[in-house]
Amino acid sequence: MQFDPFIIPFNIGLYFILVYVVVRSVIWFRALSRPDKLRLQRGFFGIAFAQSLKEIFLESLIHRKILKTNLRLGYMHMSLAFGWFLLIFFGTIEADIFGSRHLNAPYKAIFFRFFNPEHGRMGFEAVYSFLMDLILAIILSGLLLAIIKRFYSKVVGMKKTTNLKKTDKIALTALWLIFPSRLLAESFTSGAYGTGSFLTGTLGSWLASFLPAQQMAYPFWWLYSICLGTFFILLPVTRYMHIPTELFLIFMRNSGIRTGDKAGTYSEVQTYSCSSCGICIDACQLNFSAGIKNIQSAYLMKAIRNDDKVSDIADNCLMCGRCDQKCPVGIELTPIRMIQRRGGEAGNDFRNIYKGYFRSHQSVLADKTMTPANYNFLPDCDPEKVDVLFFAGCMTHLTPAIKKSMVKILDASGVNYSFIDEQGGVCCGRPLMLAGQDKEARELINFNSQLIWKSGAHTLVTACPICYKVFKESYYLDVEVLHHTQFIKMLIDEGKVKMNFLRKRVVYHTPCDLGRGSGVYDEPKQVLSYVSRLEKSNFEDENSLCCGGSLANLKLSSQNRKKIAIDAANELTTENPDILATACPLCKKTFSSVTETRVADISEIVAEALILNPVKITRREYISSLKELANI
Amino acid sequence: MAENNMEKFGFTISKGRQIDYESNDRRIADYIFEREPSFRLCIECGGCSATCTTGNLTNFSLRELHILIKRGENDHIMQNLKKCMLCGKCTLVCPRGVNTRNIVVLAKQAYQKAGDYAI
Repeated sequence: MQFDPFIIPFNIGLYFILVYVVVRSVIWFRALSRPDKLRLQRGFFGIAFAQSLKEIFLESLIHRKILKTNLRLGYMHMSLAFGWFLLIFFGTIEADIFGSRHLNAPYKAIFFRFFNPEHGRMGFEAVYSFLMDLILAIILSGLLLAIIKRFYSKVVGMKKTTNLKKTDKIALTALWLIFPSRLLAESFTSGAYGTGSFLTGTLGSWLASFLPAQQMAYPFWWLYSICLGTFFILLPVTRYMHIPTELFLIFMRNSGIRTGDKAGTYSEVQTYSCSSCGICIDACQLNFSAGIKNIQSAYLMKAIRNDDKVSDIADNCLMCGRCDQKCPVGIELTPIRMIQRRGGEAGNDFRNIYKGYFRSHQSVLADKTMTPANYNFLPDCDPEKVDVLFFAGCMTHLTPAIKKSMVKILDASGVNYSFIDEQGGVCCGRPLMLAGQDKEARELINFNSQLIWKSGAHTLVTACPICYKVFKESYYLDVEVLHHTQFIKMLIDEGKVKMNFLRKRVVYHTPCDLGRGSGVYDEPKQVLSYVSRLEKSNFEDENSLCCGGSLANLKLSSQNRKKIAIDAANELTTENPDILATACPLCKKTFSSVTETRVADISEIVAEALILNPVKITRREYISSLKELANI
Repeated sequence: MAENNMEKFGFTISKGRQIDYESNDRRIADYIFEREPSFRLCIECGGCSATCTTGNLTNFSLRELHILIKRGENDHIMQNLKKCMLCGKCTLVCPRGVNTRNIVVLAKQAYQKAGDYAI
């Protein structure tokens, strides 16, 4: 039995974290809803399991998504994660093959060089030592990048890195010291025995030339063990909890579990899976346009984990969803933010019994005790029976040009339609939902649902992406909900409207709620390229910008909104297009006040190109009209 | 009797209109001022009331509410605040850039915290 007291810190840390992770996962599993439990079980014995393993390899170890967005940052994460994994993996094999016996305790692999200092002199052993040294060198290069990033984040192509709390800093120091102390410990041991490969061997023999290597090695082995132990014990209360949690997240996601609208195991697993890499901070327009640097999703996740006051962070967000698209872990950040908004200020009364190690569930978030809204003034209505309903929405009423254009298009198409809120209807309910007031929103939803149901329509067309999203997601209607761009596309396909081609260069701005929010990217562009010369901008589809007018942000001042709008408009009009096209009345209103370029909704451009009542002229009539002209 | 007769001819006897700042309760106004400084920018032009979705359907005026909150006459504000749909048209038309939506939300919160007015 090879044993030395210095392995005790490492062993305590390792067994603590193993027991902790098991207990934690049992708690998480028990808190899952019944359908989610079944999903997870089915996923575990199905094809989802293989997908999860593949994803864990690609994302948790290789960090493919970070590599795609930022090569240097990706290399940093990959070298640390994948390198460490390889070190453990090959270390275990090394201890198994070259050690005194098979199936060793974990510490044998970690401290292999200490217990087998004579190992690695020649032949296959030397090759293996070379491999281990190479892995260590890769990790150390990544570590060097990480240290530089912490003090000068531009080196790895990040504009800003996340701020840390105290325990995070201690854990980070421990993590940073792990590999240098291993390097020095191995080098001194190798130096004393004349073993080791290109890294530890060379460094060891150099150090041994002027230092007593035999005596120096022992303290570094202690340091190595203490660093590992500290890191493991602090893991659950720091951001490094993402290392074990991300595995759960991947399994749960591949089993088909989604965030939904209530806090629960999945949202908690997601908050713990955030590694605070800071990619969301760079993506956030509030950061790079308005200079607000403390409300980004990484900080939201951190605040939830630490039971800090969340409402200030949760409410100050445009909900544009750019961070959702960029998040390399695939955390559903916007739904989690919505959950926090619903919880409101009163809800965050966590009892922190075990000082963060076993924080009570997020599901204790009580419903806000906001006084209920009073919408009994809503009129009874008796709409006419039609096929197609047009719901303009509040914002469209502020941009009458869109309203007129839509009426023109609908009239020209000849469909049997009714303009449901021509005299000013009732709000769709999404603004209330975005403010976290779901119960109030439900009343408006019920009213509008009744109205739509009574009309007996089979299609509901809306001119506003905000309304479109809520009609799609939160109304339980038996009608086909279409955004007006989709509807126009349909009319064109069916040949119900005829259009000229406008010789104008158009850049299309994807509204957040239509694009990232509802996944409608193609139809607006197809309509635009049908009537005009559509040009590409630098911010297409998932990468599109927010205009800054978003109703989701209650806190943002009008000055900051303007800054965001100016930046976004400048980015979109770099090529000086004739028209900056959008598909949202709110975007139109926000942009038109900050740019010289003409801003128009797609419906306006289509209405402009529309050929009204094509007059059929026979050949004879045509010739006679020409003759008349000639006489004049 | 005399009053009733006067009303028939389109005259009323108006009630006292002086504002009694001593009996008024400015807690709600202070709560909002602290959290949404743009509340001070309001010039009471009435743009918000003119465009209001709720105001289109019922007797609801955000301008009136702003004035009453600032004065501290809180009695019937809450009943009215609950009618707001938060649609945000008022914020968009505001010439002074007042964040009106947040003011409504904050006023509701303030009522909740003040307790006396909790309904």
